[in-house]
Amino acid sequence: MLIFERSHPGRRNAAQAPHHAAASGIPAAMLRKDQPLLPEASEMDVVRHYTRLSQKNFSIDTHFYPLGSCTMKYNPRACNTLAMLPNFLARHPLAPEASGQGMLACLYDLQEILKDVTGMAGVSLMPMAGAQGEFAGIAMIRAYHDARGDTARTEIIVPDAAHGTNPATAVMCGYTVKEIPTDANGDVDLDALRAATGPQTAGLMLTNPSTLGVFEKQIQAIQKIIHDAGGLLYYDGANLNAILGKVKPGDMGFDVIHMNLHKTFSTPHGGGGPGAGAVGVAQRLLPFLPLPVVTRQDESYHYLTEKDLPQSIGHLSAFTGNIGILLRAYVYARMLGADGMHRVAEFATLNANYLMAELHKAGFTVAFPQRRASHEFIVSMKPLKDATGISAMDVAKRLLDKGFHPPTTYFPMLVPECMLIEPTETESKETLDGFVNALKEIRDEAHATPELVKGAPRTMPVRRLDDVKAARELDLTWKTPTSTAPE
Amino acid sequence: MSNPANFKYTASHEWVRSEADGTISIGITQHAQELLGDMVFVENPAVGRKLKAKEECAVVESVKAAADVYAPVSGEVVAVNSELDSAPEAINVDPYAAWMFRMRPDNSADVAALMDAAAYQAVVDSEAH
Repeated sequence: MLIFERSHPGRRNAAQAPHHAAASGIPAAMLRKDQPLLPEASEMDVVRHYTRLSQKNFSIDTHFYPLGSCTMKYNPRACNTLAMLPNFLARHPLAPEASGQGMLACLYDLQEILKDVTGMAGVSLMPMAGAQGEFAGIAMIRAYHDARGDTARTEIIVPDAAHGTNPATAVMCGYTVKEIPTDANGDVDLDALRAATGPQTAGLMLTNPSTLGVFEKQIQAIQKIIHDAGGLLYYDGANLNAILGKVKPGDMGFDVIHMNLHKTFSTPHGGGGPGAGAVGVAQRLLPFLPLPVVTRQDESYHYLTEKDLPQSIGHLSAFTGNIGILLRAYVYARMLGADGMHRVAEFATLNANYLMAELHKAGFTVAFPQRRASHEFIVSMKPLKDATGISAMDVAKRLLDKGFHPPTTYFPMLVPECMLIEPTETESKETLDGFVNALKEIRDEAHATPELVKGAPRTMPVRRLDDVKAARELDLTWKTPTSTAPE
Repeated sequence: MSNPANFKYTASHEWVRSEADGTISIGITQHAQELLGDMVFVENPAVGRKLKAKEECAVVESVKAAADVYAPVSGEVVAVNSELDSAPEAINVDPYAAWMFRMRPDNSADVAALMDAAAYQAVVDSEAH
C-alpha cells in the first residue's frame, strides 16, 4: 500500500499546513499551473503508514545481513548522534572557512587517518560513492599519463573476478578493458597477466582480498609486472575491511585506492546510498586529486582549490561530497583508534573463517577450502541443485523465512550457484551458529519438501518477486487512478 | 538439450552455424543460457561492423549478470536478430534457434577450425565443479 492509496481529497493536518500566503514576486511565467500530485492524508495516517513501512525493513538493525562484498556491519549509534550535532547540520556549505574550522578539522583528520591506514601520500574525501571513487581513481591515472605525454596507453587490465564496476569505470574513462583469468587457487594468472601487459597498459585494477574471498599472495610480482611496463596499480577498496590496519595498499605498491567508507568505516548503506568513496594516492598522483582537499596551515584549515592543484581532475560534486557520511566515518575511525582498526580486520577474518569452517564441517561445498578466507568466502550450492533442483536463489529466499538476510548470490560468476558470505566483525558466535543451522535446515527441506523452498519466502510482506518482469518492464511511476484512462 | 552436432563452438560459449550463403549465425549455448538464467536484454553489434576473432561484440543481460559475447572468428556483421530486442527470453526457450547476429567470415577455414560439439562438451564438463 502506497501513501497515495491512503489519500483522501481535503484531508490534511491543519497544524502543519503552511499558514502564510505563497511567496510573492515570482514571475507569473514561472508559477506552476497545476497542483502537484501529492497525497492528502492526516498526520496520524502518515505516521502509521511510515511506521509500518519501517517495520517491514529487513535491515542490519533487525537481522544478520551477510551480504558478501557489501560489509554490512553494525553502524554505531554514536556516529549518527555526533554527526547530527546542530552546528554540523546548520552549517551552510558556502559558509566562510573561518566559521567552519571545526568541520574542516574533522575532514582534515579523516584524510590523515585514511592516509595512515592505507599507506598513501594523499587523500581526497570528495567522491560521493564507491563507483565515483573508482572513476576518480582511473581519471587520475589517465591525467598522470596525459601530463607526461604518455598517450599511447589505451588499456586497463581487470581480472575476471573483479566487480562489474571496474571494467565500467575503465570504459567511462576512455580505456579499453583487457580481462585476465583467475587460476585454480583464486589468484591472478601471472602468465596471462604478463601476456596482457605492454606499452599499451595504462594500469591494472585489483581487489585484494579478491571477490573470491582470498588474499592475492602474488601481489609483489603483480605490481612489478605492471610498474615495469609503465602502468599504474589501482586498488579497489571493496574488501579493505579484511586488512584494515594490517596490510597497507601503499606498501603493496598501489598508486591509487578508493575506499568505501560506507563499508569499511561503517556508515549506513544498503538502501542505495548515500555513500562515500574517498580516494588515496601515492606521491606521483598528488597533483591530480579531486577538489576540494582540506589542508592545515598555521593551525587553521583551508580548502585547496584549482590555484593550488591546477592539474586536479576537478570537482565531483557541487560542494564537499556527502559530508554527513564523512562525519560519521570520522567518528567511527576516532572511536576505533589504530588498535580498534586492527581488531576490525582480525574479527572480520575470524568470523568469516569460523563460519566457513562450520559450513564445511556441515558438508557444504566451500569454493576454496585449501585457502584461508579473508573477510568473506564462497559456498557453492551446485551439489544441492544437482541433487534436489533447489538453486542458490531458492536457498537465499528461504533464508528470509528463517530470519537471515541472504548472502550475495550468483556473484562472482566464476563459481556456479554461489553464495558470497561476509559476516563482518560485529556478529556474535551465536548469530553465526544460528545461520549455519538455518542453512542445514534448508538443505534438509530441499531434500524432504522441495516445494516449500521453491515457494519461499512465505513469511515476508511479499512473496517471490518477478525479477524478470521487473528488469524488462521497469515502471516506478505512481499514476493516480484518474490519470490512467481506461483502455 | 544436447549441442547440435552440425554446429561449431567456442570456449567462450558461443555457437556457430554455417549458412548456405557462406555466412555464419552466432548465438550462445545451452550451457551459457543455463548459467545466466532468465534473459532480460540483448545488445547486438551494428550491421557492417568489422570484428576481429575473440573481440567483444555483443552483450546478453540476465537477471543474474551481464555477459559479453565474443566474435568467434574475424569478419563483418551482416545481420542481427532484432526479434531478440523485444523477446530476449527466446534464448532461454531454445538457445540454438535464437541466433543473435550473422557474420561473413574473412576466412572460412577459421570457422572449420572451431571446436565441434564433442570438444565443446569436454570444455563444459571441465568447468563443472
